[in-house]
Amino acid sequence: MEEKNTDVIQGTLDLLILKTLSLAPLHGFGIARRVEQVSRGVFKVNPGSLLVALQRLERAGWLDAEWRQTENARRAKFYTLTKAGKKQLEVETEDWTRRAGAVMRLLKAEG
Amino acid sequence: MSLWRQATRGLWTLTHRRAADQDIADEVRHYLELQAAEGGPRGHATMVQEQVRSYGWENVVDQVIADTRYAGRRLLASPGFATVAALTLAVGIGASTAIFSAVNPILFEPLPYPDAGRVVMISDRDAGGGRQDVTFGTYAELAARSRSFSALAVAKPWQPTMIGGAEPERLDGQRVSAGYFQAIGIPPHLGHDFDAADDRPHGQNVVIISDALWRRDTTILGRQLTLDGSRFTVIGVMPRGYDNVLQPSAQIWSLLQYESSAPFLRDVGNHDTREWGHHLTMIGRVRSGSSTETARRELLDLARTPTLEFARPFWASLDDGLLVHALQDDVTSGVRPALLAILGAVLLVLAIACLNVTNLLLARGVQRRGELAMRAALGAGRARIIRQLLTESLLLALLGGVLGLALSTVGTRALVALSPPELPRVNAIGIDGMAFLFAFGITTICGVGIGLIPALQSTRNLRTRRHHSMRGALVITEVALALVLLVGAGLLLRSLNHLFGVSPGFDPSRVLTMQVQDAHERPQFFAQALDAVRRVPGVTSAAFTSQLPLSGEADGYGAHMESNSRSDESGDFSALRYTASPAYPRTLGIALRRGRLLDDHDVAGRPHVVLVSESFAKRNLPGQDPIGQRLRLGPDTTWATIVGVVADVKQLSLAGDQTDAVYTTTTQWSWVDAKQSLVVRTRGDAAALVSAIKAAIWSVDKDQPIVRVALMDDLVAQSEAKRHFALTVFEAFGLAALALAAIGLYGVLSGTVTERLREIGVRSALGASPAALLTLIVREGMTLASLGVALGLLGAIIASRAITTLLFGVSALDPTTYLGVIIVLLGVSGLACWLPAQRASGVAPLIALRTS
Repeated sequence: MEEKNTDVIQGTLDLLILKTLSLAPLHGFGIARRVEQVSRGVFKVNPGSLLVALQRLERAGWLDAEWRQTENARRAKFYTLTKAGKKQLEVETEDWTRRAGAVMRLLKAEG
Repeated sequence: MSLWRQATRGLWTLTHRRAADQDIADEVRHYLELQAAEGGPRGHATMVQEQVRSYGWENVVDQVIADTRYAGRRLLASPGFATVAALTLAVGIGASTAIFSAVNPILFEPLPYPDAGRVVMISDRDAGGGRQDVTFGTYAELAARSRSFSALAVAKPWQPTMIGGAEPERLDGQRVSAGYFQAIGIPPHLGHDFDAADDRPHGQNVVIISDALWRRDTTILGRQLTLDGSRFTVIGVMPRGYDNVLQPSAQIWSLLQYESSAPFLRDVGNHDTREWGHHLTMIGRVRSGSSTETARRELLDLARTPTLEFARPFWASLDDGLLVHALQDDVTSGVRPALLAILGAVLLVLAIACLNVTNLLLARGVQRRGELAMRAALGAGRARIIRQLLTESLLLALLGGVLGLALSTVGTRALVALSPPELPRVNAIGIDGMAFLFAFGITTICGVGIGLIPALQSTRNLRTRRHHSMRGALVITEVALALVLLVGAGLLLRSLNHLFGVSPGFDPSRVLTMQVQDAHERPQFFAQALDAVRRVPGVTSAAFTSQLPLSGEADGYGAHMESNSRSDESGDFSALRYTASPAYPRTLGIALRRGRLLDDHDVAGRPHVVLVSESFAKRNLPGQDPIGQRLRLGPDTTWATIVGVVADVKQLSLAGDQTDAVYTTTTQWSWVDAKQSLVVRTRGDAAALVSAIKAAIWSVDKDQPIVRVALMDDLVAQSEAKRHFALTVFEAFGLAALALAAIGLYGVLSGTVTERLREIGVRSALGASPAALLTLIVREGMTLASLGVALGLLGAIIASRAITTLLFGVSALDPTTYLGVIIVLLGVSGLACWLPAQRASGVAPLIALRTS
């Protein structure tokens, strides 16, 4: 249950997962790959932390999980954003924007 | 939604652990394979799986289950330790739960009435601040004038004889005013409540009966019963479990049927009616919207402001005000100190039991060092090991708790059997929900309490020395607590010895007593019955009396000395009235101090004469010769001359003060007591004559019930039942504490000897004599015991204050008691030290060295 330090900024993993899944349902590694690609390698995702986070979000009711066939005919657990998840993404996005904006303003004022 | 998912996902995982693990394994493998295929790092599948697996509340449950299983196995592996520890805790938890279940309904729960806090008891206050039953006149006035009550009611005991069954049966009941059950707040659940219209002289004869009485004949409602020769219609049945706290044994209620206006119709000064006798218990239910305090102030105001309309006689003038108490306090105040002391005592026993088990766990902690070190080496953190050890102690406590709960059911039954008659709410004593919760609560506290210190100790890398000092400290505490308990028991024991050394004022040996009743109040019945009893072989003397000493009766009347003017208030006082056969003082062995006793010539028509008690003469006629002085008693308007002074007799209790007493003869008293006590002095064993005496009375009239047959010796003993009860409980707890403390001391020293075997061996090899080794160990043990005694003395001095009200004739700091207890405690401690020391002194040097 305890969160291990990840390369992803603390507290942003949930937001990244929700955002990634808002585009299309994905399996665990699919999410990790996308986060790394889009962030151009800035964010490295630790498998343990990611899978725990997925469980947590699933239990919170923001994701649904389902075993499906992949394109290369293998079984994988796919995660889909739920309605509640979409709402949560909006909330967290807004929250993040607000915080990031504040941090930026502070940095500029300092400089 | 999310809570639902939390619960269902967790439960599914718990119940399908293998499938859930497989699920995680599949997902992790898929992830890592893809990651490796794309040239990423090769993850460690097991570690990732463990991390994912550890998410969720179900894992905590899993761990607790695993810990409990492991703890169970550990306890099974050392059954001796587990049994001793669980039994010790069972004694502590069982005794505490039993005592709690007895004390809780009396001290802590409200009375089982709706809004019980609104029910108050109102009594007359006498000049000395003491309480007195109220008169009907006072009740009638307050009922008419007060505004703070939704119901006011009075009640008096009533023991009607019911005829119609196989033999006459005396029922226990009450005569009450119509609002009685409204004041209590519980109406009959079958039929209906009393109608105020019936509560007047010659009103309808109606009764309400208890559920138990109704169960004998469930068709009785609406039908009639024959009580004391009159027919009464059953109009209501009280609910099952109705607790009539004013008189718990009552099972039948009828109306008082006094005339409310009667007390005030007569001329002032001529209040010679039953309405003005102090013989009623008054209760009231405070109106909602008013407070108990407002009601109390209103009553005091009314007492201070007499009106012409409600004229009062001097003995019910309310000049000294009224006493208003919550009914709850009134019912429990007599037993509160004893019960609190007992509750305190049992908690001490529980504490000692816990300390003992803690000591056992500490000793085990030493033996388990290896096991714990192994677990730590395998990666268990300190918190994890502490949790494991606490699980063990909790399991142990739970075992003790379950056994203790079983013990407490037996214990409560024993308590009820032992309980003094004045203990209220005995029916409510039992293992109920609250007692169960209490047992569970203390079990949990004990489990954590006994486990915490050993767990912290054995997970720290401590030098043996510190370890010993902890065990020593525990033993010191145990000895100290045991001393506190033993001092309590000792003080109570000495009090009882003192009390039974107090002369009751008469000779109780070989005296048989019983209550005889004649519903028709025929004086000739009592006279003939007395003659018949006197003819029974073995009877040396017999007499009837209106009240019996130390039987719980206290029939007081207002007395008025002729030598004092009416305006002089000090001439009026309350005195106990004994209306008895002339032979009464001789039969009971009450000594004559001055003048003469009453005799068979003092009959109706002859000048009225009375005897007074010594303290009566001293208090009310100081410096005067009482012989020849005249007095009036209660409603009797005739002046009676004092012809003799007799020794003081303890009426209420051996510890109580002397109360003024006046003796009149049955024939000169203007009324007939329907209920009289027969006192019979016998030549040999009094108990052997019971059936012969009963037969003699029944030869006169076989329809009259005879009850409360008792030896005077037993009445004297029972009068101190409350103290005796407290003493029995304290003695039992004191002995348990002594045994536990001794076992604790023994355990610690045995452990020391085992651990120091090598040192002892070396000492022995270097020439220490067995005697020197013996001294070494005994000195260590006795140092602990002495420190415990010193600490305990401090505790006892503070704690003994709590039982001051139970003491008689000894101070709470009685040196004899303290000295005696110290000697006993040190003696037992010495014994507990001797056995391990004996073992140490016999250690052969080689063996000791080899064991290491």
